[in-house]
Amino acid sequence: MNKPTYNPTARERILSRLHASGTRQTAVPDAPLPQEPRLERDEKIERLTALMTAVRTEIHVVEADAWPKKLVELARERGWKRLLYGPKSPIGPEIQAAWSADAKGLPERVPYLQAVKTFKKDLFETIDVAVTSARGAVADTGAVVLWPTPDEPRLMSLVPPVHVAVLDADTIYDSMTAMMTAENWAAGMPTNALLISGPSKTADIEFTLVFGVHGPKELIIIIRK
Amino acid sequence: MSPDLPGSVYFFGTCLMDAVYPDAGMAAIRLLQSRGLDVIFPPDQSCCGQPAYNSGFIEEARAVARKQIQVFSQPYPIVVPSGSCAGMMKHHYPGLFAGRKEEAAARRFAGRVYELFEYLVKVLNATFEDRGDPVTVTWHSSCHALREMNVVQYAKALIRQLKNVTLVELLRETECCGFGGTFAVKQPAISAAMVKDKVEDIRQTGASTLLAGDCGCLMNITGAMAHEGMAIDGKHLAEFLWERTNGR
Amino acid sequence: MDAKTRFDFKSNIDAALKDQQLRRNLRNAMDILVDKRQAVFPDSDELEQLRAAGNAIKRRALKQLPRLLEQLEVKCSQNGIQVHWAEDTTQANGIVLDLMHRHHATAVVKGKSMVSEEMHLNHFLEEKGIEAVETDLGEFIIQLNHETPSHIIVPAIHKNKDEVAAIFHEKLADTPYTEDVEELTAIARQALRKRFAGTTVGLSGVNFAIAETGTLLLVENEGNGRMCTTAPDVHIAVMGLEKVVEKLSDVPPLLRLLTGSATGQIVTTYVNMITSPRKKGEKDGPKEVHLVILDNGRSRILADPQLRQTLLCIRCGTCLNHCPVYVRIGGHAYGHVYPGPIGKILTPQMEGLERTGVLVTASSLCGACGEVCPVKIPIPDLIRRLRNESYDQEKAAVVPGGGYKKNLAETMVWKGWELANRLPVLNEMGTRMAGAMGKHLPKVGPLKQWTSVRTAPRVARSSLHGRVRKEGVSHE
Repeated sequence: MNKPTYNPTARERILSRLHASGTRQTAVPDAPLPQEPRLERDEKIERLTALMTAVRTEIHVVEADAWPKKLVELARERGWKRLLYGPKSPIGPEIQAAWSADAKGLPERVPYLQAVKTFKKDLFETIDVAVTSARGAVADTGAVVLWPTPDEPRLMSLVPPVHVAVLDADTIYDSMTAMMTAENWAAGMPTNALLISGPSKTADIEFTLVFGVHGPKELIIIIRK
Repeated sequence: MSPDLPGSVYFFGTCLMDAVYPDAGMAAIRLLQSRGLDVIFPPDQSCCGQPAYNSGFIEEARAVARKQIQVFSQPYPIVVPSGSCAGMMKHHYPGLFAGRKEEAAARRFAGRVYELFEYLVKVLNATFEDRGDPVTVTWHSSCHALREMNVVQYAKALIRQLKNVTLVELLRETECCGFGGTFAVKQPAISAAMVKDKVEDIRQTGASTLLAGDCGCLMNITGAMAHEGMAIDGKHLAEFLWERTNGR
Repeated sequence: MDAKTRFDFKSNIDAALKDQQLRRNLRNAMDILVDKRQAVFPDSDELEQLRAAGNAIKRRALKQLPRLLEQLEVKCSQNGIQVHWAEDTTQANGIVLDLMHRHHATAVVKGKSMVSEEMHLNHFLEEKGIEAVETDLGEFIIQLNHETPSHIIVPAIHKNKDEVAAIFHEKLADTPYTEDVEELTAIARQALRKRFAGTTVGLSGVNFAIAETGTLLLVENEGNGRMCTTAPDVHIAVMGLEKVVEKLSDVPPLLRLLTGSATGQIVTTYVNMITSPRKKGEKDGPKEVHLVILDNGRSRILADPQLRQTLLCIRCGTCLNHCPVYVRIGGHAYGHVYPGPIGKILTPQMEGLERTGVLVTASSLCGACGEVCPVKIPIPDLIRRLRNESYDQEKAAVVPGGGYKKNLAETMVWKGWELANRLPVLNEMGTRMAGAMGKHLPKVGPLKQWTSVRTAPRVARSSLHGRVRKEGVSHE
């Protein structure tokens, strides 16, 4: 088996050209960033909702413990057949409890337990909806933040046609900068970090907006206060 | 006259105004004189150097720029009836002489440059009384007057002062007319497409007169309008202003 | 196109100007993009502040470029991302091919990447019997039609829906003709979904590479980018070496500038930040992630203090959207990977002035591009600089092919012009002569071109100099 083309000469030549370029002399002007908003929690919920619904995200604001009820309500309403979730995720146990209480008319719960290699066909072809937790959200940008984990793998928020994310209102930050700083992202980034603002879309054909391209066609956020 | 205002100003006629629109030049001078200023026109002036500067002939541009700096030697404001030429002198002369012995002189020169309508409105606070008949006009803003000198607001303010003049704005007022100096010669097909669109835009306004603050644009657009047999008049705003108000 | 000859810019331009549908499509599209950008940046003071910040962030990155690339490599490697360096596109293509072979891959699903266009990667792979599948809808459309993108952000902007309908109907198996955009999109979704699920290797570009954490950041709306970087077992990311930024905190302002300028969005559907391949215990994601860092002339561009500003570019495409030339000729006329104002300054620096220097003549220096560039690249100044380099008077040209345009005729014209404008006597003589000819100026050379669509300028009998003297205006 051949090693990949690793050409140390290319690296050295490129770097030595860069070092010799005199770019160290580049002047960097002082340029402060625009002021960022500081909002109250309810204002943050409002702003997040406004921005995300403008790009066709569906948002439901509920009392903290009532979120599984909302999920169950949506599940019955929408006629989902197979629902993907992570049993060991922060929301897994509550989903299990809600199904255990009364599974009538509810979709089959499918836990994401196997590695994708054996699960791929199922994932791509039979799952109607995936439910994940959200790490937080950014109000001035209008996006939820996901850091996928072994319990809630990345493809959950990408492959199924519907993605439901459960968001704690207290984890909504004013801005991306505020979130990155408060959570000290610089100390270490996960395998994958995502900002998601709505269902997938395109306007590549004559600027006509169409939702549901390669990512989900529907994004539903349940905000728990 | 206000003690803060200079008694004398220089007038830089620009090469195009000199050769093709001298009436507009005289009108501009009269407008300034009507404000009580002594207008000085150094006879050795010629061109700001922009044609060579934009074409890649920087040495030649520098030589001609040097001449203008020498000619306008007194510390009077230099009033220029063109956003394009004013922009060249104000924003590019310092760079042209950066690191050279004329750098300080170039900076001082650049600091004294004003576009005509900028000077009339911002410095002189000039007001004019419209003595003309009702007319509908439209305005084309030259790219450099707009983006480099940011003086289009002053030209439009002056037009709006004239009570019998109705200003109908172009749909694409800020789009380039396609002159670009040597661009019209180096890329004639693209330039032609641009001026044709500009002319159509002007036609759509229903105006009888096109006003502009730059002779290059004026020459380009009026040339195209005449070629299409349009009956629309094209004038430099200085000439229009003088005709409508006689300086009052 | 013959690699050695200059490309036929003039024919391209003439053809484009005559194509009424193209011009209509372009005008429509540019209007939409310009309006969207305006709407998403309503506060002009705040926008100016943001642009200045973007400029400073990118300048700080360029200032430390080699160090940041080294840091990026260290961090990426620590995270398990394998870093490769390519001096030119041949090396870059070789690296990709090698990785494809290692994994016995016969196809690769691609997210939109201008660097991969620069590499002519698809063509290269196809010659080696490997299928490159474009998955961005715009790229998917033009790939089916064997075309190249005509715009940095919206590659199929020159296509109407009836053209897309025809392309899908003719080029995709079992596909009915439909102009319904939802149906067309659904057709693409179905066709590509199988490929995402079934392809071993995915390839993407990189919008920003963050040195501080060894993170690759990508933005997109469709989800195809995430598909290409998450579903396959191998992810290859290709990037120009100027895409590295120093810190995570540099990202939010740049992101806002990029998405706002490119498509008038506060944020794209997805912002995808990749820091490592699949870790132990994780169930999906690529098991290998490779980053190919491409030079291809960028290190040379970096060496000139003025021209290095070309590398501030974050590939938003807004200069194209505001350009009165681009809106009339479209992207293909430029004949090279990067069109529009940024393409005019980048292409000659990468490909040499003698072959592509004609591109810098296609600008009236109106300044619309420089006014909107989110990182404040002074594009008109750089166009002017490249014009200088074309004539290389000072014998200090740094761009390859400098001085290619130097010729006696033009030199004499400008020397004559200089003399006339330095010597008042000559100046007056010239204007007096032209004035005497009145409307009979000979219609040769430049005047011939001019008079094909405009009447000739009428030089006045008496110049302003003459009038001023006559009317007694002070002369000192």
